[in-house]
Amino acid sequence: MNLTLHVWRQAGPRAPGKMVVYKAGDISPDMSFLEMLDVVNEGLTLRGEVPIAFDHDCREGICGMCSLMINGIAHGPMKGTATCQLHMRSFKDGDTIYIEPWRAGAFPVIKDLAVDRSALDRIIQAGGFITAATGGAQDANAVLVPKESVDGAMDAAACIGCGACVAACPNASASLFTAAKITHLGLLPQGQPERYRRALEMVDQMDLENFGSCTLHGECQEACPKEISIDTITRMNRDFIRGRLIGTRP
Amino acid sequence: MTVQLEAHIPSGPLAQKWGKHRFEMKLVSPANKRKHTIIVVGSGLAGGAAAATMSELGYNVKCFCFQDSPRRAHSIAAQGGINAAKNYQNDGDSIYRLFYDTLKGGDFRSREANVYRLAELSGNIIDQCVAQGVPFAREYGGLLSNRSFGGAQVSRTFYARGQTGQQLLLGAYQALERQIARGGVTMYPRTEMLDLVVIDGKARGIVVRDLVTGAIESHAGEAVVLATGGYANVFHLSTNAQGSNATAIWRAYKRGAAFANPCFTQIHPTCIPVSGEYQSKLTLMSESLRNDGRVWVSKEPGDKRDPRQIPENERDYYLERKYPSFGNLAPRDIASRAAKEVCDEGRGVGESGLGVYLDFADTIKRLGRDVIKERYGNLFEMYERITDEDPYEVPMRIYPAAHYTMGGLWVDYNLMSNVDGLHVTGEANFSDHGANRLGASALMQGLADGYFIIPNTIGHYLVSNKLEKVDASHAAFKAAEAEVAERTNRFLSIKGKRTVASFHRELGKIMWHYCGMSRNDAGLRTALKKIPELREEFWRDVNVPGSDVELNQALEKAGRVADFLELGELICLDALHRTESCGGHFREESQTADGEALRDDENFAYVAAWQYAGEGRSPVLNKEPLVFENVKLSQRSYK
Ligand SMILES: Cc1cc2nc3c(=O)[nH]c(=O)nc-3n(C[C@H](O)[C@H](O)[C@H](O)COP(=O)(O)OP(=O)(O)OC[C@H]3O[C@@H](n4cnc5c(N)ncnc54)[C@H](O)[C@@H]3O)c2cc1C
Ligand code: FES
Repeated sequence: MNLTLHVWRQAGPRAPGKMVVYKAGDISPDMSFLEMLDVVNEGLTLRGEVPIAFDHDCREGICGMCSLMINGIAHGPMKGTATCQLHMRSFKDGDTIYIEPWRAGAFPVIKDLAVDRSALDRIIQAGGFITAATGGAQDANAVLVPKESVDGAMDAAACIGCGACVAACPNASASLFTAAKITHLGLLPQGQPERYRRALEMVDQMDLENFGSCTLHGECQEACPKEISIDTITRMNRDFIRGRLIGTRP
Repeated sequence: MTVQLEAHIPSGPLAQKWGKHRFEMKLVSPANKRKHTIIVVGSGLAGGAAAATMSELGYNVKCFCFQDSPRRAHSIAAQGGINAAKNYQNDGDSIYRLFYDTLKGGDFRSREANVYRLAELSGNIIDQCVAQGVPFAREYGGLLSNRSFGGAQVSRTFYARGQTGQQLLLGAYQALERQIARGGVTMYPRTEMLDLVVIDGKARGIVVRDLVTGAIESHAGEAVVLATGGYANVFHLSTNAQGSNATAIWRAYKRGAAFANPCFTQIHPTCIPVSGEYQSKLTLMSESLRNDGRVWVSKEPGDKRDPRQIPENERDYYLERKYPSFGNLAPRDIASRAAKEVCDEGRGVGESGLGVYLDFADTIKRLGRDVIKERYGNLFEMYERITDEDPYEVPMRIYPAAHYTMGGLWVDYNLMSNVDGLHVTGEANFSDHGANRLGASALMQGLADGYFIIPNTIGHYLVSNKLEKVDASHAAFKAAEAEVAERTNRFLSIKGKRTVASFHRELGKIMWHYCGMSRNDAGLRTALKKIPELREEFWRDVNVPGSDVELNQALEKAGRVADFLELGELICLDALHRTESCGGHFREESQTADGEALRDDENFAYVAAWQYAGEGRSPVLNKEPLVFENVKLSQRSYK
């Protein structure tokens, strides 16, 4: 396959950026999208140009390190698929592809397609955990957890923290990310003691980090590579309001 | 000059060693803990758990990772599960059985005491993780569910769908983030350790490069913990992440830490086969699939029929045939070699002929598609995305790929290397898996090391040693920084004609071909000639674009590949010297009549710990004899 790529190039956080056109020739449909970029980068290197910076690590859709807006869609056209798992068979010979970084005030560009997502870690710091210091745990089977609860928790816990929800949201809200963690922990018996406090603190942190607010567009759910449901946001709002109005005691 | 390798295994009966040792170790008083800075490199299960737990205890921790968040360490990718001797299934499991299975699975090339402690702590890990909210699979009644893994006849593997590593790591990560918020841990993401600083024989800190700004900085502390993962990327194509590297442990090796059993590498039998030259990684299909999938090839070489058209009696379910008691759940080394064997006979499947079928048709018929979907849905989807084939309809094609490294830095029972103060945990050390690791036991080891062992043993080190106050302005730090800067400039100034990736690919082919699933004298000698030649060419002709004061991924990769080009040679040297076969190390010269690995306990029941002897000199081989007081060494059989 032969493709034309329009790629966002930006030398550093404060440098101006622009779209630059590259030709990608001899691309196999069995390549992953990132392998296609590897080929382009090897070509750039041999021509004495600076390769395109993009984040990636596991290349199997689980670490959440890869990103990329592909033709305006976070992680590209294939539903439920992270960029590293997207294969070139999703494109046609002769296609033009636009590749840009995640765009959000809370995700400043570091270089080219790589952005700073540390705001997501700070949301977790605010309360995305169960306080259980090492050592004091009781036997794992001492508390029965209904299969339905654990399955629901697992659906939400599948979040890979990539930030596609933020990139896809017209308001650049991190609600799906935050709600996924609140849902994961809030559905489990172990998560109950801190449930309402967690919701208040995580949501407050999200606001502090300059993410937008949720107006239920639903774009996040569409873009999520793990297909996390927007229902989690309803749950987050419920826990948040309950915490605000009645207090954080469970 | 050889180093003294004293394993410091506590005396007393096996089952009481750890308890006794815990009592005998000295404690740091709570008020003094915060005066100690501990450097943890790595935020995977081994590093993340250690950093969080030591901070909970009151130490001042600095934690480093090269990804943009600690949550992305490659532990995240573990799929299948984690072992624990809970005996929840009442199927005859016990700490002793887990110990024995792990020791035997490792082909009797690990320490009894370490492995026993691992089995002993396995139950605490599950308790801890459940308390943190890890959503392990459960039965309808609310109890935890288990599955079976290779090399075991009991069901002791705990799992969270096909994302066990992710869920365990998120548990550790969340505990870590809680400590970061508390101020007990300072986190340094997008930061790569490039050297270890040893002062007066003790590890006192590290030199790092800030991957965003390029700044080279030093961090000093009272102890260093390396939890930097495995080195399977020396094979280029592996199931590891793109960034997984050996740099941290290799730099430590060059500063005096012994490297143990480097040739003990694991080739995992169930990965998606290679599809082209451009390929950047291989994707694992969890071993748990072998619970329900049956492995087969046609009885006829060169059979190009659609697998569904091949009748039952023309199929060779070779694992079930050769290993009737373990069948499809034979351990990894054995299953991988068996796959290679049938492919070498021309019976491999797929376009390249390098593949075998993993077929779910029988189980789907027996249990229904929904059950299979519930168990492995995400793996099936992943398979389909990569290959464009639907495994519910057509059997999966799988082939072995480099996956895990049992070898690593040598450590004693306290997880300390032969360099005082330098501790090594998780896949980066060599300690518990001998010559072959059983499935679902790396997660167990990483968490045992991180949550339960290192937080105890490090205190003992701190109180037992007089540690002078040292900070990053010390001359040793300045000298190491200068060396790192010099090396960086060297990469950038070569401006040759080949990309870093092309060298990595070429090294990978050499390693896979001569030091992969089976090894022989002549092949290893060829590799030992080719690798130094390739290394020489690298330093003459590599092209590293960009500068050192920015995010420069080519520069990062150059450093990692340069280290692999040295490590690869040590791996081959180790493989050449060990003329026996054991576990994943199969020397063609040493096999039983029916082609199984033949150990030589008389001559090789030891840990080979290699010590750096300086540029251009052969490394020195140190031997730590393995003493077995509780188990009888036997020819490993899964028949
Ligand atoms: C695909 C796959 C599936 C697996 N499935 C299972 C399974 O089902 N069960 C099981 O028990 N095991 C499994 N394993 C093995 C297991 O996941 C790993 O052995 C284990 O997670 C390693 O953990 P770790 O903490 O030692 O290293 P990692 O999780 O790899 O962490 C390494 C850390 O070190 C950091 N680091 C590395 N080098 C540097 C440096 N130079 N400077 C700074 N930081 C650095 C990284 O950023 C990272 O934070 C699997 C492995 C793979 C690859
Ligand atoms: S690179 Fe890990 S999710 Fe894409």
